[in-house]
Amino acid sequence: MSLPIYMDNHATTPMDPRVLEAMLPYLREDFGNAASRNHAFGWKAEAAVEKARRQVADLIGASEKEIVFTSGATESDNLAIKGVIEFYKSKGDHIITLKTEHKAVLDTCKRLERVRQERLDELKLLRLGQLAERDVSAEELPELSAKFNIDADETYKKWAELPTGGARVTYLDVEKDGRVSLEKLAAAMTPKTVLVSIMFANNEIGVVQPVAEIGKLCREKGVLFHCDAVQGVGKVPFDVEKMNVDLASISAHKMYGPKGVGALYVRRKPRVRIAPMVDGGGHERGMRSGTLNVASIVGFGAAAEVAKKDLPEEAARLLRLRERLRTGIMEQLDMVTVNGSLEHRMPGSLNISFSYVEGEALMMSIKDVAVSSGSACTSASLEPSYVLRALGVEEDMAHSSIRFGLGRFNTEEEVDFVIRLVVDKVRKLRDMSPLYEMAKEGIDLKSIEWTAH
Amino acid sequence: MAYSEKVIEHYENPRNVGTLDKNDPNVGTGLVGAPACGDVMRLQLKISDAGVIEDARFKTFGCGSAIASSSLVTEWVKGKTVDQAMTISNKDVARELALPPVKIHCSVLAEDAIKAAIEDFKKKRASRQA
Repeated sequence: MSLPIYMDNHATTPMDPRVLEAMLPYLREDFGNAASRNHAFGWKAEAAVEKARRQVADLIGASEKEIVFTSGATESDNLAIKGVIEFYKSKGDHIITLKTEHKAVLDTCKRLERVRQERLDELKLLRLGQLAERDVSAEELPELSAKFNIDADETYKKWAELPTGGARVTYLDVEKDGRVSLEKLAAAMTPKTVLVSIMFANNEIGVVQPVAEIGKLCREKGVLFHCDAVQGVGKVPFDVEKMNVDLASISAHKMYGPKGVGALYVRRKPRVRIAPMVDGGGHERGMRSGTLNVASIVGFGAAAEVAKKDLPEEAARLLRLRERLRTGIMEQLDMVTVNGSLEHRMPGSLNISFSYVEGEALMMSIKDVAVSSGSACTSASLEPSYVLRALGVEEDMAHSSIRFGLGRFNTEEEVDFVIRLVVDKVRKLRDMSPLYEMAKEGIDLKSIEWTAH
Repeated sequence: MAYSEKVIEHYENPRNVGTLDKNDPNVGTGLVGAPACGDVMRLQLKISDAGVIEDARFKTFGCGSAIASSSLVTEWVKGKTVDQAMTISNKDVARELALPPVKIHCSVLAEDAIKAAIEDFKKKRASRQA
């Protein structure tokens, strides 16, 4: 066993040696451009890309024509959401997503909300100009809006219903276990809803959403379903047909492939259309132009094939390891909580809060293990994780959480080492924690008037 | 987060961790911060009748910088008079530990903890005299 031990497989995974082997020829002699139709170099590259497309499609139960290669999951999420909103703007502009989604989804939605707001402000100015019979400036917007009661103005209201290029977004709360309520999802749908974007497995807490039920509901309501499947694909069975998924984002580096390559699944039957975000040579059936990243795509394909073949056995192995880790820690330490559903969870994933111990301090004292802190104390903002907060985890507990991500190359020996280390360091930090001492004395910490700052 | 060697040194070998008897009339206790903000610092000072800090103990829930800041101030205040201790500012702590900007807050907490502990001591003494 060598140190440090890597247990942050949600962030990224090491490349599988089989993947690297598959890639090497395409970084050396077979360097052709897959779009070169007129010579053997191009044909070879194209054939390699098409093989990878099949391998990726096979992993998620799709046909190879439904796979669009991208630079990674963030681009796939952007392409799916912006692409649908742009293409279907005459049909509607409402998106439903969850508060626990990845930033690639949330920030894309926020951008679309801003676009809509800016467009509405422009329309308001235009209408106010008509009403005031003169040119009006942006500074006058609040004053004139009040004067002419613009929100009740029939002409403005009619204009505001026209497609804006942006979107209205509902950010749904999740239940305590981190899963969406199907009733709340159904209730949030309006005639304007065109897209539901809900992830497969959560990157922070590992909770797996009821994707098949969400897909069924969306199909019944005639709403498109985009699933950010990055964390779960290759670890938990995922099938776009069985789950009625219309668009799915996946990434190679979360399943032992290279970084910088991903895919968007775009359903063909019934056909889903998206507007491209990148224009150019019309690669990837016009949905994503740009010379294909052949070697990485080949690696992605190889990673998908390995993941598919190994999935049942590997999932069972990871589940054993994770349960060993969880019970090993929880049997020796009191006041430890698992965040999110234990039942509906990726096998290698464990997010736990150690009461009265701050997450970053714990990470610092277990520096022989690479994990990540549920608290955002390590980043520029000191806010605790928005995902844990959305679950209703108290702020102090959200500051006390650690995310363990077990992967293909972790061993039982490593898990046992980590258990010993974590137990030892948590005890040490609790000996140093005024809160632990007070809790042990039976003082209700909520009764204390803290000096918030 | 890249910490300075001093932060890591204090974090790994914290000085004066522990608890003094809060009912001792010569012990002042300062409890600052909030669990919801991710850091709570408790500093206890044993102060002689002549106003000299004879002992200092801390317990801290917080990140590495918070722990290092509390450890450092326990070293600094020992042997100082109450008036001298009151002049320790967060800037001194931040400079000594080379805290990154987002962690300046931890040094503020340390300064507040000293002030709160001394204030508690003074209150106790006032009530004793009354």
